[in-house]
Amino acid sequence: MHIWKRERGSAATAALLSLVLVAMVVLTVMYFRDPRYHPPAPITEIGKEVDLQYDLTLYVTATVFILSQLGLALAVFMFRDKGKRAHFTRGNNTMEFLWTSATIILFLGLGILGRKAWADTRFTEPQPDAIQVEVTANQFVFNFRYAGPDGKFGKLDPKLISPSTGNPLGIDPADPAGKDDIVLPTLTVPVDRQIELLIRSQDVIHNFFVRELRLQQDAVPGMMIPIHFTANTIGQYEIVCTQLCGLGHYRMRSFLNVVSAADYEKFLKDQAVAQ
Amino acid sequence: MPTGTATPDVEIIHTGSTGGNGRNGKGGDDGQGGGHGEPHRSGDVPQRAYVTGMIVGLGGILMFFMALVSAYIVHKGMPGSDWRILAVPRVLWLNTAILLASSFTLAHSRARFRAADEEGFRHWWGVTTILGVFFLAGQAIAWRQLVAAGIALASNASASFFYLFTAAHGLHVVGGITALGVVLLRGPNQTARRMTRATLSEVVSMYWHFMDGLWVFLFALLMLGR
Amino acid sequence: MSSHAHAHPVPHAPTGFVSKYIFSTDHKVIGIQYFLLALTAVTVGIVLSLLMRFHLVWPSAHLPFVSGGIMTPEQYASLVTMHGTIMVFFVLTTAPQGGFGNYFLPIQIGAPDMAFPRLNMLSFWVTFVAFLCAIAAFFVPGGAPLSGWTGYAPLSGLGEVTGPGEGWGQTMWILAIALFCLGALLGALNFIATTIDLRAPGMTLFRMPLTVWGWFVTAILGLLAFGVLLAGGVLLLLDRSAGTSFFAPAGLVINDQLQPHSGGSPLLWQHLFWFFGHPEVYIAILPGMGAASHILSTFCRKPVFGYRAMAMAICAIGFLGFVVWGHHMFVSGMSPYSAFAFSVMTMSIGVPSAIKTFNWLGTLWGGRIQFRSAMLFAIGFVSLFVSGGLSGLFLAQPSVDNLLHATYYVVAHFHLVMGVAAIFGIFAATYFWFPKMFGRMMNDGLGKLHFWITFIGAYCIFMPMHWVGVAGGIRRYADPSGVTYLAGLQPLHEFMTISAFVTGAAQLIFIFNFFYSLKFGPKATKNPWNATTLEWDTDSPPPLDNFNGNYPSVYRGPYEYSVPGMKEDFIPQWLTPELVAREK
Repeated sequence: MHIWKRERGSAATAALLSLVLVAMVVLTVMYFRDPRYHPPAPITEIGKEVDLQYDLTLYVTATVFILSQLGLALAVFMFRDKGKRAHFTRGNNTMEFLWTSATIILFLGLGILGRKAWADTRFTEPQPDAIQVEVTANQFVFNFRYAGPDGKFGKLDPKLISPSTGNPLGIDPADPAGKDDIVLPTLTVPVDRQIELLIRSQDVIHNFFVRELRLQQDAVPGMMIPIHFTANTIGQYEIVCTQLCGLGHYRMRSFLNVVSAADYEKFLKDQAVAQ
Repeated sequence: MPTGTATPDVEIIHTGSTGGNGRNGKGGDDGQGGGHGEPHRSGDVPQRAYVTGMIVGLGGILMFFMALVSAYIVHKGMPGSDWRILAVPRVLWLNTAILLASSFTLAHSRARFRAADEEGFRHWWGVTTILGVFFLAGQAIAWRQLVAAGIALASNASASFFYLFTAAHGLHVVGGITALGVVLLRGPNQTARRMTRATLSEVVSMYWHFMDGLWVFLFALLMLGR
Repeated sequence: MSSHAHAHPVPHAPTGFVSKYIFSTDHKVIGIQYFLLALTAVTVGIVLSLLMRFHLVWPSAHLPFVSGGIMTPEQYASLVTMHGTIMVFFVLTTAPQGGFGNYFLPIQIGAPDMAFPRLNMLSFWVTFVAFLCAIAAFFVPGGAPLSGWTGYAPLSGLGEVTGPGEGWGQTMWILAIALFCLGALLGALNFIATTIDLRAPGMTLFRMPLTVWGWFVTAILGLLAFGVLLAGGVLLLLDRSAGTSFFAPAGLVINDQLQPHSGGSPLLWQHLFWFFGHPEVYIAILPGMGAASHILSTFCRKPVFGYRAMAMAICAIGFLGFVVWGHHMFVSGMSPYSAFAFSVMTMSIGVPSAIKTFNWLGTLWGGRIQFRSAMLFAIGFVSLFVSGGLSGLFLAQPSVDNLLHATYYVVAHFHLVMGVAAIFGIFAATYFWFPKMFGRMMNDGLGKLHFWITFIGAYCIFMPMHWVGVAGGIRRYADPSGVTYLAGLQPLHEFMTISAFVTGAAQLIFIFNFFYSLKFGPKATKNPWNATTLEWDTDSPPPLDNFNGNYPSVYRGPYEYSVPGMKEDFIPQWLTPELVAREK
């Protein structure tokens, strides 16, 4: 039973295809493991949980990836046309059941395991002694406001926003609570203290992202969105905007400075003097 | 017959023929509705395809309105939305009654059609069309009343949605009135048409009843939302 | 002796160039029109992406055709916007469905045309005008919009004040999208009614080719999704031009100007957009999955492994596609509890996708594989879908999304599944069906060359993109100068850009092969692949009414290859049992 003439060079095609697939798998695994292309180490405990979940996902997907791609490579090589007729089968319900169940357990299990790293930041309330800093995003800067010694944020009025005269947030001068508010273009926080960021926007949607925190949050106009974290390593880290916000999106960058407790007190004192 | 692992059912499932000019164009599973006894060539579009098309089309239109409705619900429930209760013009009650009446007259018209009463069919179909026009006029009056009261599209969220719902629905009603008119303009002569008059009047009436039902839903939403 | 009913007179054929090729109601002409529209769009889309890739690596290079000589960040952002818009809508939603679906759905079910041919023609021309509106965005005052193909409000909803291109450009964009929605809805209507009501006698649902299943479920997705996008577009237009505040809250200050809106919700736009947007990506891939199954089976000379499971998996993917949209919004400010719910649903959509992958492998296993160009692209589809699909598992988890959201990891993921796998589906379908559509064979040697460069090239472009993303490379950035840590990722960007140019250039092989073979390819027979489905029963190209009046009936499933005990290694669907030759 010989319908088709076996194509010349098809063995070469099969071999080359398998080779390309194998090479792709090897290079992919190599470079996913390359530390040059990993983010810097996390500086929070929950950041470590995120990394654990990432690694777990990587192992699971890598296994499926390697098995499927190599299975594909094997199949195209083994079953290239050798003149024999194909093996007729409509399928195998047992196998369908088995690999469907395995996939359900694997994928859903992975998702459920990932709940913790999400819940630990997002489902929990901040501690009562968390330091609150208000983050205001606009085209194309971040501004950070501390409540100052009175511990209260002054009222804001959009009509009073005037960056050119030193009032980028529109703090209402009539409100006494705002008199000692500290507004800065970078974020300075003490190490090992919980920080609650109150994230807002003056114009369009932006985003606050620090790789080392493994944390990002959209800044949505009309909303005040709280997130919290506790940094455990002193250093300077870049804050970037990840939500397309206009022509300056790529240069909307600030710095997170994690300093010692003593340096933080000094920082607050210096800022109070500068008011 | 092939043995072993070959296909279990290699026979065509006979659907029966219409006699005369060959097979009808039915799909081969359970007999789905039938032709209306009119002879048609193999390869003709079966009349029920137009009904399917209308049902599917109404599904698409429904999703459009459901998106608007969910936007409405979100806005109402949002903290920070300046939701002000809208005084819905009372003429809307009259408009709703007119539209409901038009569905009754339409159903009556179709009953006259099935009873082969050409005059009765056309009379009640025409009444339906006129009632449709009155409905639109009533909606326009409602708009004028609101504008006179200083409530425009951009005045506040509930006003925006009111105008949005009524405009979107009204546009679809304009389409419906056009379709009703097309049916009236078409005489009883059946030749050289893809859709029979029976099918055309069936799908147009489906559309009209749907617009009626949709309006009742939107009206209830606007009234209950106060 | 033919197994068909006796012949009937062919309906009146259109005369004149305009009614034959421009305003034709023939689904085959309309299918080719959609295909050519997609071909034009993909050329534009690729040029835009090559400009983007060039700029990312050489941002201060002098570009003669850019006003001012050097590409500005806003120009880059509008390239991003229009590249995405043109590719997703005018390539991935037109070619697989409007192109091949229009051409082959009626023929594969044994019908003379779509249920509503004139509506079909209207759908195409509305889509065509939509494309013109999209292109016009480049030429209106202010240029093309810069809010991304996702057009998030308030960036897109306040007018010129938010940035260049946000005036007329954004308006043209909304118009283009709205018109596209209308065309798509009308098309979906046609596909669904045709599939339900115009199937040949004997063609039960479970004897439909998987290509038909793909187009059918895709049409249902389109019907339910495009209306929602249309609604969103209407609301956005009203916010911009009628002073409403559906998406704009109070207190917005831009360029020191207080905006006059109040009471709106930016998140509402995202919900409406993504309720459409997620089914949209399944609209882009499902026809390709159907084509992959179909072509794999044909060139393995084996039935599709687990045909029923494959059909049901298409339905499951379609259904689940409607309940996962929130995974685009994990860090949007949406409730973190709903985020987790969406995550679970998203992980479960991986299940039917995995089933399909295993069944593709099962189809290949034990086969007698012929490596024609169509088959190479179908095999490539499977590999690319595995790669792209698996990276989705990372993005489906909000905890990991904290790190990967809006990075190049996302861009890598959706390009592998949409920008490559779905495109491979289109290529496979083209090489497979070109003989039937045009009565000539494409050059298989050139097809293979096209495959090798594109397959290797695509992986070279998009696999490294994952590593850029994991390291923190942010998407939609015009250049890396604003963020210090990005400098270390430039070598990867350079590699990707060079790969992109090589791969882009290789597509010229395909263009040449396509147009050259139209005129000079060897003539094709009715059934050059010895395939089983109904389109191979008619002439290449098919006559106006598809079957010259001899409409087939269907006697068996669509993938009866290598059935034991038969003389041939394939039994076409249209052959009556008496005519099936047994082995001696």
